[in-house]
Amino acid sequence: MFVLHLKKIYAMPSFVINSKCDGCKGQDKTACQYICPNDLMVLDKEKNKAYNRAVDMCWECYSCVKICPTQAIEVRGYADFMPLGGVVQPMRSSDSIMWSVKFRNKMIKRFKFPIRTSPEGSIVPDAGFETETDDLKSQLLRTEPGSLGTNLYEG
Amino acid sequence: MNTENFETVIVESDLLILGGGMASCGAAYEASHWAKKHNLKVTVVDKAAMERSGAVAMGLSAINLYLGLAKGKNTVEDYVSYVKNDLMGIARADLVANIARHVDSSVHLFEKWGLPIWKDEEGNYVNEGRWQIMIHGESYKNIVSEAAKSALKELGENGKYYERIFITEPIMEGERCIGAAGFSVRENKFYIFKAKAVLDVMGGAVHVFRPGSVGEGMGRSWYPPFNSGASAYFTMKSGAEMTCQEVRFVPIRFKDSYGPVGAWFLLFKAKAVNAKGEDYMVTRADELQKWGPYGQAKPTPANLRNYLMLKEVEEGNGPIYMKTDDAIRELAANIPDEKEAKRKLKELETEAWEDFLDMTISQALNWASHNIMPEETPSEISACEPYFISSHSGASGAWVSGPADLAPEGYHWGYGNMTTVKGLFAAGDASGASSHKFSSGSFTEGRISGKSAIAFIVDNPDLPEISAEKIEELKANILRPLQTFEQHKDYANDVDVNPNFIKPKMFMFRLQKIMDEYAGGAAVGFKTSKALLEKGLEYLKFMKEDSEKLAASDLNELMRCWENVHRMWQAESHIRTILFREETRWPGYYFRTDFPAINEDWEVFTNCKWDPETGDWKMIKREVH
Repeated sequence: MFVLHLKKIYAMPSFVINSKCDGCKGQDKTACQYICPNDLMVLDKEKNKAYNRAVDMCWECYSCVKICPTQAIEVRGYADFMPLGGVVQPMRSSDSIMWSVKFRNKMIKRFKFPIRTSPEGSIVPDAGFETETDDLKSQLLRTEPGSLGTNLYEG
Repeated sequence: MNTENFETVIVESDLLILGGGMASCGAAYEASHWAKKHNLKVTVVDKAAMERSGAVAMGLSAINLYLGLAKGKNTVEDYVSYVKNDLMGIARADLVANIARHVDSSVHLFEKWGLPIWKDEEGNYVNEGRWQIMIHGESYKNIVSEAAKSALKELGENGKYYERIFITEPIMEGERCIGAAGFSVRENKFYIFKAKAVLDVMGGAVHVFRPGSVGEGMGRSWYPPFNSGASAYFTMKSGAEMTCQEVRFVPIRFKDSYGPVGAWFLLFKAKAVNAKGEDYMVTRADELQKWGPYGQAKPTPANLRNYLMLKEVEEGNGPIYMKTDDAIRELAANIPDEKEAKRKLKELETEAWEDFLDMTISQALNWASHNIMPEETPSEISACEPYFISSHSGASGAWVSGPADLAPEGYHWGYGNMTTVKGLFAAGDASGASSHKFSSGSFTEGRISGKSAIAFIVDNPDLPEISAEKIEELKANILRPLQTFEQHKDYANDVDVNPNFIKPKMFMFRLQKIMDEYAGGAAVGFKTSKALLEKGLEYLKFMKEDSEKLAASDLNELMRCWENVHRMWQAESHIRTILFREETRWPGYYFRTDFPAINEDWEVFTNCKWDPETGDWKMIKREVH
């Protein structure tokens, strides 16, 4: 019954470092609970620590790792096929993300990539383009043809 | 958990958008604009949080559909012909063309909203392949969802977004879809959403087949495990005609972590070879001649490339390697200046890592834990288990109306992207026969459907009533797994092992075992036959009966119960359609050993329809125009 056994282990592949997690105190839910696309993160109210309730349903998408305000979440690669020792850890800011990649042999590589060219919360849906028609039956969509940069193809 | 204290919440809207991924964001963005002009309400319901909901949750390293129409780089016809060839002739040209003619507009909006797209010295987008452009896409979904939410906000009180609500059942009035029922995964609330039009954009289906890893690595599916077949279930249960339910997608990816191969094949020009170093695309080129005109098409269709690799594996010529080392060496070797070559090497290394870190972080972790440096060591690639994903190189989904100006006769019934059920629309992975839309095309198809659904609402302004009796019936059925658990849990000493019920996890394992072994999963080399498929159907019948006894101890498990019912329906329609099509058309996706060749007579769409009145399945052939 590996299924029964597994679910009793807290928190891998994404796992919570006990000393760093403060249960997002004062919030109605933790940041990881808010973000997990598979609804895996839960707050243990007694211990005031978050945990991943079904590690075998975790996609290793790192959404919880990236959003955690105290950097309390890391990922230990799936033990099915990954030898121990590798670590990939992000630091995400408003316009870029920095990755630290630690190899099993202790080599470390760092990469930084842009993630966004506009300030968070600044998006204007039409982005300055006009919509040419008010006709619901027209094939033109919102912001077209301006956003297309050419006329609409008519087969 | 006792279900008596569940509050029933009834929400009324004009347009109801189900799902939170790229297609949903496109629909919310577009529909809000047209709804405002007509003073209509738009409601979006999502089982996750839109910022990271759906298949783009992790980000992407490329946008796989961009034509560059304004700069004359490609034509819509070019794209349609590429898609048709890749799917061995089975694609709806009108739907593909409709997405292709609008998709550049979506990409230009993404860039304006803040998505960093790679540019060359002249300021042009950097192409990965002919249709693909490179992006710094870690926050792709965050950006697109912010735009969708901002658009909804422009509607004021008329624009609503509900998160963490799991939708499971269509609500019908006769032949028309008038809403959806579901529950909160966080609090004891049952939801009824009533609407004049419903758009199904709830993604594809994963974990229908047994995945490559079955311990904690089970979650490392290529497409996300939270794409659990809700779209197909919703349209099937409403009685909509489905198409291409046999056209699964088997991706070839980096082994185990399922890292993307697109950048390696297209951008870095890497080769895949067997253990002897042979390029099977060269040594097995003759095999392609057996597959009609599609074997000679350029580029070679994805499923045929798969097929040649599967032959290598079958003959024991594995492991199969992606020669990342050779590719990087060759790209840097063309640079005579030593310093410049070194700089280029560093740049290529960074690009290689970003490709994974942007969209499959687990693959970067896999490299790190195996001490793999791509410029020095090749990596294993392998075939993944089958997926249902019409936005990529599969095609399964609802049979939808084409656009008025492009659709030939028989492909158009009033409103673009409406299914054969009145008032029910589908896009993204929910609509079939329009493959290769990817992220940008799914967003675009969402836009097309959003506008079209608003047009339907303006023409059909009545809001049908749902009786209190119907609501109670839906509630009792949807919450039943909680009740079942409550009723029987004290009988046995183990909460999961009890003769009176089945928990969703074991239910999923049983489904995966049936599909893997009888419907041509990875374990049997993707081969199946009439005898195997009929046996599989027999076992599925038991599963369908047992699904009445699914049990859930909490809301999370209740969601898992329904997700697996959805998967089961996807599975049944898949088996029935493979059985119906008596040929092998996509040999690298599945192989009918009893009909081992492509057959011109089957150059048709094989559709299916479940009848809500009788519970019978009807199989239908539709012409390809």
